[in-house]
Amino acid sequence: MISEPDSSAVDIQGVYAAYDGQPVLMDINLRLKAHQWTAIIGPNGAGKSTLFHLLIGSMKPLRGSIQVFGGSLSEHRRAGTIAYMAQREAIEWDFPISVKEAVMTARYGLMRQDTVWRRLLPPRWSARSHHQAVEEALEAVDMSALARRPIGALSGGQKKRVLLARALAQNAKVLLLDEPLAGVDPVSERLILKVLAQQRSAGRTILMVTHDLVGTRQHADHVVLINRGVVDQGIPEQMLSEHMLARMAVATPLDLAEEWQ
Amino acid sequence: MQAFEMLGLSLVELLINALMVIVGWLPESLAAPFQYAFMQRALLTSILVGAICGMLSCFVVLKRWSLLGDAISHAVLPGVAIAYLLGWPFFVGAFITGALTSLGIGAIERHTRIKSDAAMGLMFTAAFALGIVIISKIASNTHLMHILFGNVLGVQPSALLLTLFSGVLAVVVVALAYRPLLLYTFDPQQAQALGFNTGLIHYGLILLLTLTIVASLETVGIILVVAMLITPGATAHLLTDRFAVMLGLSVGVGVLSAVIGLSLSVTFDVASGGAIVLVATSLFLLALLLSPSHGLIARQWRRQRYKNG
Repeated sequence: MISEPDSSAVDIQGVYAAYDGQPVLMDINLRLKAHQWTAIIGPNGAGKSTLFHLLIGSMKPLRGSIQVFGGSLSEHRRAGTIAYMAQREAIEWDFPISVKEAVMTARYGLMRQDTVWRRLLPPRWSARSHHQAVEEALEAVDMSALARRPIGALSGGQKKRVLLARALAQNAKVLLLDEPLAGVDPVSERLILKVLAQQRSAGRTILMVTHDLVGTRQHADHVVLINRGVVDQGIPEQMLSEHMLARMAVATPLDLAEEWQ
Repeated sequence: MQAFEMLGLSLVELLINALMVIVGWLPESLAAPFQYAFMQRALLTSILVGAICGMLSCFVVLKRWSLLGDAISHAVLPGVAIAYLLGWPFFVGAFITGALTSLGIGAIERHTRIKSDAAMGLMFTAAFALGIVIISKIASNTHLMHILFGNVLGVQPSALLLTLFSGVLAVVVVALAYRPLLLYTFDPQQAQALGFNTGLIHYGLILLLTLTIVASLETVGIILVVAMLITPGATAHLLTDRFAVMLGLSVGVGVLSAVIGLSLSVTFDVASGGAIVLVATSLFLLALLLSPSHGLIARQWRRQRYKNG
């Protein structure tokens, strides 16, 4: 974690994106400072998920560029710099896999750097460092006791915690969290916020999409209001005022599609 | 090439001899049919097909690719017919039309508003119809029946060799790419985020599926191979919550169905493909009733216990 305190972790410049031929994001310019906790807030359909899809590489921008620590996005995905916490619906919870194995999948990218014979062994016999990272991540979200449980046997809040543990186990510099607090019980919510605050103090850069204004006001360093484009950004006190939120809600230009041309 | 074939044939010889040692321990009445060379070949082919199909069926079931498996298996027919016309090995033609159809399905899905199930139904029935038209012109009905429903008792050494090769290749690929395949099946988005080449994994898996279907052609046939690509995996999914165990169980179910089905088909003089699939279905029903974790009986029992405090 040797980067300048004020350096940018993610640099999004002039990005346009379309989904199914429909324009979703236009002219996004965002600079996420390293070691900061940034919250992205916007109404449903504002393009928040699309922005995440761009950042994990499952979608390509039509125009514009995305840089991570000054390098290319794909290079940093391969290097494991970016960890991603999916929404609960993105996972097939019937899948025959235990909690520990599911969290271990976060290490699969890094395992490409292991020696050849290690890579031929089943994941269970992978190097000590991988097991250690997984165990620490499970410990952090208080799920160690359920490590051998099948993932299908967990409650909603526990599933969220497993997804967070999977993002943590990668020991990545940047954490992307897609609605980490959606549909969790109060105990899990408090735990997740506590873990993220620890990650923030440890120097990680956090980017989360959320609808949780209370948590954002308490924890985030920086808030980005988004609605098809960046409406405004700044410190939580300013961005989360009634006035700003109302401005965001009506921000979508009606003639977006025309402007697109 | 010649040396390669010699090597393969001697490997087949070796495997058959090993099998015969095991058959030798069976009671006389069961072992008797296997003194014939064609029965020995049928047994080895069935075991190989049961094992490869069992392995691949885990991916098919978990990835919700059952309909895709059905589509590819039907799409193989015109390839077989064209290969027959041109004097090529069946394998090559089948592979080409199978792969082309899966590409066509993908293209329709991506570039039109037609949904994937309609895209599959459309493409594979078209390919199948083309195959039927060609075959009706060039070959007899018995020939068509053998391709559609398999004829394991007529398996030639060359076909057995092809099945063996496909099996070894499939096992090697799954073993080498175990982690990417598991991750892609479990959570493709995560695979993407970690920088895996998901396009390569996706089409690699489809090619593996096509290879398996072609290898199973002579044993269970085009129509019934789908059952072998679904039932063993579904059965294993009811029995375990661990992927590696599911792979093993699924291979076991595939092999067991193949062996028992073959014996039954000889004993009762019925179609081997049908017998093999019916045994697999019976094993599935047994698992559905008796599985300790996800079986109907265990579930009912737990519910009762819960109700009674």
